[in-house]
Amino acid sequence: MKKENTLLVGLAMTAAITVVTYAILVAPGFLTDSGLNMTEGVTNSSKAVYDLHMIILWICIVIGILVFAAMFTSIFLHRKSRGAVAAKFTHSTKAEIIWTTIPILILVVMAVPSTITLIELEDNSNPDIIIKITGYQWKWKYDYIDEDISFYSSLKADSNAARLTGSNIDPTTVDNYLLDVDNRIVIPIGKKIGFLITADDVIHSWWVPALGWKQDAVPGFINQAWTRVNEVGVYRGQCAELCGRGHGFMPIVLEAKSEEDYATWLVEQKSALAVTQAETQRIWSKTELMAKGEAVYAQQCAGCHQTDGQGLAPAFPAMAGNPVTNGSISKHIDIVMNGSEGTAMQAFSKTLTDAEIAAALTYTRNAFGNQTGDLIQPATIAKHNNG
Amino acid sequence: MTTTTHEDHNEEDHHDHKPQGFLNRWVYSTNHKDIGTLYLVFALLMFFIGGAMAMIIRAELFMPGMQLVQPEFFNQMTTVHALVMVFGAVMPAFVGFANWMIPLMIGAPDMALPRMNNWSFWILPFAFTMLVSTLFMDGGAPAGGWTLYPPLVLQTGDSFIFAMFAIHMLGISSIMGAINVIATILNMRAPGMTLLRMPLFVWTWLITAFLLIAVMPVLAGAVTMLITDRFFLTSFFNAAGGGDPVLFQHIFWFFGHPEVYIMILPAFGIISEIIPTFARKPLFGYTSMVYATASIAFLSFIVWAHHMFTVGMPLGAEIYFMLATMMISIPTGVKVFNWIATMWRGSMTFETPMLFALGFVVLFTIGGFSGLMLAIVPADFQYHDTYFVVAHFHYVLVTGSVFALMAGTYYWLPKWTGHMYNERLGKWHFWLSVVFVNVLFFPQHYLGLAGMPRRIPDYSPQFADFNMLSSIGGFAFGLTQLMFVYIVWKCARGGETATAQVWEGAKGLEWTVPSPAPFHTFETPPKIDDSVVAHGDHM
Repeated sequence: MKKENTLLVGLAMTAAITVVTYAILVAPGFLTDSGLNMTEGVTNSSKAVYDLHMIILWICIVIGILVFAAMFTSIFLHRKSRGAVAAKFTHSTKAEIIWTTIPILILVVMAVPSTITLIELEDNSNPDIIIKITGYQWKWKYDYIDEDISFYSSLKADSNAARLTGSNIDPTTVDNYLLDVDNRIVIPIGKKIGFLITADDVIHSWWVPALGWKQDAVPGFINQAWTRVNEVGVYRGQCAELCGRGHGFMPIVLEAKSEEDYATWLVEQKSALAVTQAETQRIWSKTELMAKGEAVYAQQCAGCHQTDGQGLAPAFPAMAGNPVTNGSISKHIDIVMNGSEGTAMQAFSKTLTDAEIAAALTYTRNAFGNQTGDLIQPATIAKHNNG
Repeated sequence: MTTTTHEDHNEEDHHDHKPQGFLNRWVYSTNHKDIGTLYLVFALLMFFIGGAMAMIIRAELFMPGMQLVQPEFFNQMTTVHALVMVFGAVMPAFVGFANWMIPLMIGAPDMALPRMNNWSFWILPFAFTMLVSTLFMDGGAPAGGWTLYPPLVLQTGDSFIFAMFAIHMLGISSIMGAINVIATILNMRAPGMTLLRMPLFVWTWLITAFLLIAVMPVLAGAVTMLITDRFFLTSFFNAAGGGDPVLFQHIFWFFGHPEVYIMILPAFGIISEIIPTFARKPLFGYTSMVYATASIAFLSFIVWAHHMFTVGMPLGAEIYFMLATMMISIPTGVKVFNWIATMWRGSMTFETPMLFALGFVVLFTIGGFSGLMLAIVPADFQYHDTYFVVAHFHYVLVTGSVFALMAGTYYWLPKWTGHMYNERLGKWHFWLSVVFVNVLFFPQHYLGLAGMPRRIPDYSPQFADFNMLSSIGGFAFGLTQLMFVYIVWKCARGGETATAQVWEGAKGLEWTVPSPAPFHTFETPPKIDDSVVAHGDHM
């Protein structure tokens, strides 16, 4: 085989493989709505992560093209059907030293920026605002440590209804299907936000791609993370650690507001808190309880017990004609508040307000053909909670 | 079946002496070839059971919205699919190859411990019957992922203990298989078959067997702690009782990372046999291949925490595990370069085993690239637990391990059955597989980068296009594998008679015995000289 021949075929193969690589990595972008690449995000850290991703990707692409070009050159030239006669060589110390040393150098080049970025990402010192994030099956809780604000954030009701197996609701008709929540976490731009991340039951993972990282939420342990968002906007993410049946259904929506808007939001939250407290104290009418109960049921209960109250055998019992929903009120309250040992029924006392629990109980005792006529007031729940 | 190697024996040895009757032949078998066949058939069955679960997963993910199954059942599918494929398909298939080929390659009459060999196989059908039966229990099969992370796995229903016990049995089976491989290789080599004359497949299995013995007990320990946490109220992994859920992850991945090399090192071995045969040229850098395999095995013990960069580790640990992980690419690179150097200036032909081997080199390398990307901790904060990871490990496991298993099957099938398989169909099988496996897994890189977490049963419509493409590739790849069964079945039943040599460029002791290999081989040790040794010419 002539040397020039090898060089020529080598160049042709390199060109061909470069074209194929382009076709695989870039062309699909013209055919689909989805992104092909990692987001650059909206923080300096996420930009740094994106840059690292692109450097390592380019290194891999270049090495890949060279290696595969060598391989296909050989496949083309050194085939028996072309009359190639096998050489006899079995090793070459020089070649082996070269192809051990070059990768080591590339790795060193790669390790330096990676380590620098990592050190910046892990610098959790001196946050301006601290928010505690707690993962639950299957919702998030946000506590603004210095503001006395605390709320839960779960999948929005329209997504929740559409995602039920056999719902026959077209997901494309639902706004931000599976990526929308009832209560967003809100932060001001330009401030260093420190997150304390933990979980109440199993391991979850809090991930908003636009921030450039995810962090596991581990029960019994508190992990730290931070961000400083540069642009006002709404950024969506999801739980990234398998956490059971609802793992695909506990999204995260983070809203970054200007400092003034954030201050307004804080005031609104505090007054809403006062309203919730007042709601617990007053006496509710049956119509009010039933209307609120239906909404709470759709949001919290229908996932397992189904919208029509017929449940899903064998794991999720029907509400219609159920001995609990038609029997002793205190036992019913107890199961909803504290869960039921050994079953999938979870405890709602920490995640729902007293008014919400009272409404849901009243609704299940007077819907799906159940006719107990019982009215359960938020005050009763509050008493149960304290007693 | 009179053969040249048997000429010197007395009259009795001219017969195969296969035991009569199904029970005697297969259930009580102590013959390495029959047990190898049992392992391979069992692995193929498991490959299709695990594959059927993958089809359910891809069917549900075909479009957004939940159409077919409940989320709980979806999680059971992802969990059991992984357990079946890892412990039921890939690992037993490699043990099947070890059983069949190691004695033939080192000139031994059988495995060193034949009765233990029988036992280590026959545990498997019982273990998997138990594991798969959990699908029919109240509350269903385990749904916490094959990684069994507590506290989630402790929420499993009645099936918990059955799954845990099944894993214990699989571990016992693997350890016994590994002991057998080590005992055979270290004690049963024919005179003259020095360690550095052994075929690379034997070398990779020797190293793999040590990995198995080192890490399967670690898994057993982790599983036992889960069992006591669940039933005896210990708190190894329960934070409320002073335990640590992350401790489990450290223990699991101390097993789990060597485990992934357990599934790839023998694949390296198979590829290192096939490429020299079809390039008609000795393996390039035999000695450095052996050292590279040993280095990879050593490194596999000190990189485990790269599976858990987002769990909240100290900065120093993250930097260490990043650098250690990146180092693996050096010996792995040496392997890829050596395979290409083996091909360089060879005289290549492209029969089905070679096609699968070349497919392996290209696609495994792509899986290696994404592995290197995943090692970069800050980038992993984005990649972790997304479809990017799913794409990565399917490239190294399906187009890596499984392609090597296919290559090895086509390569040695004539030796096992005495017939040539249908080359035309074999090539069709390769080309359909290689196209559809990429349609199946390549788009998953994009899904992960675009932000789709793994193990979710439903997704936002922005991910719809690539999921549909991936599902179409999945169904087609699944169907294509039915061809494999047909080709192997036809070849076992008949076809063109294979010569002892089978392949023009084949070298090694296994090609000195007739095809099909007689029931007993090398009852007297063969004479070893460089002309029959696969890599003799390196000395």
